[in-house]
Amino acid sequence: MPLETFSCIVFQCQRTVRNDLRLYLLLLGNYICQYCSRFVFLFKASRVMVASRNYADFANEATFEIKPCDLHRLEEGPPTTAVLTREEGLHYYKTMQTIRRMELKSDQLYKQKIIRGFCHLYDGQEACCVGLEVAIKPTDHVITAYRAHGFTYARGVPVREILAELTGRKGGCVKGKGGSMHMYTKNFYGGNGIVGAQVPLGAGIALACKYFGKNEVCLTLYGDGAANQGQIFETYNMAALWKLPCIFICENNRYGMGTSVERAAASTDYYKRGDFIPGLRVDGMDVLCVREAAKFAAEYCRAGKGPIVMELQTYRYHGHSMSDPGISYRTREEIQEVRSKSDPITLLKDRMINNNLASVEELKEIDVAVRKEIEEAAQFATTDPEPPLEELGNHIYFNEPPFEVRGPNQWIKYKSLSHS
Amino acid sequence: MAAAGALRLLVPRGRLLPPRRGLRLSAPAAIQVTVRDALNQALDEELERDERVFLLGEEVAQYDGAYKISRGLWKKYGDKRIIDTPISEMGFTGIAVGAAMAGLRPVCEFMTFNFSMQAIDQVINSAAKTCYMSAGAIPVPIVFRGPNGASAGVAAQHSQCFAAWYGHCPGLKVVSPWSSEDAKGLLKASIRDDNPVVMLENELLYGVPFEMSEQAQSKDFVVPIGKAKIEREGTHVTLVAHSRPVGHCLEAASILAKEGVECEVINLRTIRPMDIETVEASVAKTNHLVTVEGGWPQFGVGAEICARIMEGSAFNYLDAPAVRVTGADVPMPYAKILEDNCIPQVKDIIFAVKKTLNI
Repeated sequence: MPLETFSCIVFQCQRTVRNDLRLYLLLLGNYICQYCSRFVFLFKASRVMVASRNYADFANEATFEIKPCDLHRLEEGPPTTAVLTREEGLHYYKTMQTIRRMELKSDQLYKQKIIRGFCHLYDGQEACCVGLEVAIKPTDHVITAYRAHGFTYARGVPVREILAELTGRKGGCVKGKGGSMHMYTKNFYGGNGIVGAQVPLGAGIALACKYFGKNEVCLTLYGDGAANQGQIFETYNMAALWKLPCIFICENNRYGMGTSVERAAASTDYYKRGDFIPGLRVDGMDVLCVREAAKFAAEYCRAGKGPIVMELQTYRYHGHSMSDPGISYRTREEIQEVRSKSDPITLLKDRMINNNLASVEELKEIDVAVRKEIEEAAQFATTDPEPPLEELGNHIYFNEPPFEVRGPNQWIKYKSLSHS
Repeated sequence: MAAAGALRLLVPRGRLLPPRRGLRLSAPAAIQVTVRDALNQALDEELERDERVFLLGEEVAQYDGAYKISRGLWKKYGDKRIIDTPISEMGFTGIAVGAAMAGLRPVCEFMTFNFSMQAIDQVINSAAKTCYMSAGAIPVPIVFRGPNGASAGVAAQHSQCFAAWYGHCPGLKVVSPWSSEDAKGLLKASIRDDNPVVMLENELLYGVPFEMSEQAQSKDFVVPIGKAKIEREGTHVTLVAHSRPVGHCLEAASILAKEGVECEVINLRTIRPMDIETVEASVAKTNHLVTVEGGWPQFGVGAEICARIMEGSAFNYLDAPAVRVTGADVPMPYAKILEDNCIPQVKDIIFAVKKTLNI
């Protein structure tokens, strides 16, 4: 029993028990402490906190009812129950919490003017990127728009490299050349700044998947605002014609910048906008819903049936970007209501605790570890040096012999190097 | 192949065709090949060489290509490699760029580059900039090709030259062939290049035959991107052009030669990265410069050449200001007499040369 807890009990007793019992307890406590003191060093060094329960007491898994999906041109949808193992739950929790804290840290750094330019935060939408990632394989492909930090992390880029990219340092995942909207890693194609342009790109990646025949799929994400872009409808047409293994995913967070969906779209049934393409509308605040729907969609595509559309109903707590307070077009009450009733992390946490998959303390431990990771990453991101000036000319081309690049005047020249 | 078929039409009766490869009965001979057939050969050879290469665009497959550049290819390679698209430039260009990002090597055909304007965001923001933004993590090995510039009587919306527009953007390579050798060699080089290349062809050149050397007929023949070619050597004035105007310059040069003026004609071949060194070396020799292009004058290829000459060593060798011959600064009209006077003609080049030489 931790020292703190014991002393707490003694303290409590002092108010309710007679003096002689009090004295007895104090002596007993002293004895135990002396006995334990030789182990205190060990406990403190290894930071072992003995939980009130043994790990063997937790359930291995639990089954949950999840909200059924609305279906478009589909006879059957994803299952309405989901099994969550303890291990999965802890992993989803940690990942979502990491993304949450990373985004809040970005908010802080932006207000300190250490992050510049555009910064579109993902807090509130964590269940989407985590649910999607755990439903697909690392060999599958993902492309999204500019609200991309969560996906960048989910696809494997460490927090420190994301934050360092935001602060424009050489340790950033793309050496400070891209910034918030242009982060990339294996099988993750960004991070795209032009609204809607990533959708044809995603179908092109899906075309390559089909061409190479390796049974991979491409998740192609866009928002409710982008859903009205013409090029998306051109892409729906070609993806359906050529049966591309493309999962079109609309992250409907109810607002395209400052415009609500009702003011932007004649039809807000984004899962039906693919018309001849089957669609699913999914509760995007529930990581299990997202996971099951994505598994269903991936299976559909891998079976060679062609593309499918998923609409994830989700919500962003921040405004469109850091220059938008996010309250001129929606009420604080609305934001607060979503936070209190539908927060994806809270939802998962409650499920796990109520079903004996984890303890409060255990999840708190994870919170502490996450905070530490974010702090260290932020420390790195604020102390790592900016890229050297020589980097300015690099990577214009790929696999090209070095050549000269013109600077602001004819006498300033930079060398351009590229990978081979 | 299509080339062999076209060849039979060109060779006069009674003359022996050159023997097939490997069995030489006489000295190797150059043959006449149209630009169309040269492009077709290049596509065929590169499709065969690398299975990641594929062609997509409107009418490229079953129609054999709007201008028959891809004749016979769908029959030979099938639906997987030669893809007909709906009329959705922005969509299919984005799809092509995405495919390139994921490891394929697409050739994206625009029926004319006028239609590329609908897709220009994908060419610039998705293709040209991605390698830089990703610090080299995501290369985009794609070729955008199609006819560019003025044709004959197709009026304003179908006659624009995009050399200056695409040449403006870092991250792209832009090539502009004139002869069949240029066309074949540059297309092969572009397909093999790991970067986005815009290849500006010319519809009026497609049917024109050019001599193709034995070397150029080889499957491994490539013309390096970024290197200009001196088509005709001269001493009195440097004429720099790209695409169809190169032919006009050579015509002007042969007329001027009769008057004792020897023009050096440079075929740029590549707009970006531009081989200004070849131009500078020539100007150092001739002391006079005339640029010739089909596009509009403002912010054009000629303007760029003049600016660079001013900034470089060749400025000190100029005996007269550099002069530009360009398309007229108007949208292209339809009536023949009007259209003819909107395109730089041989007489316009000769006039400019005489002006700059003060004769």
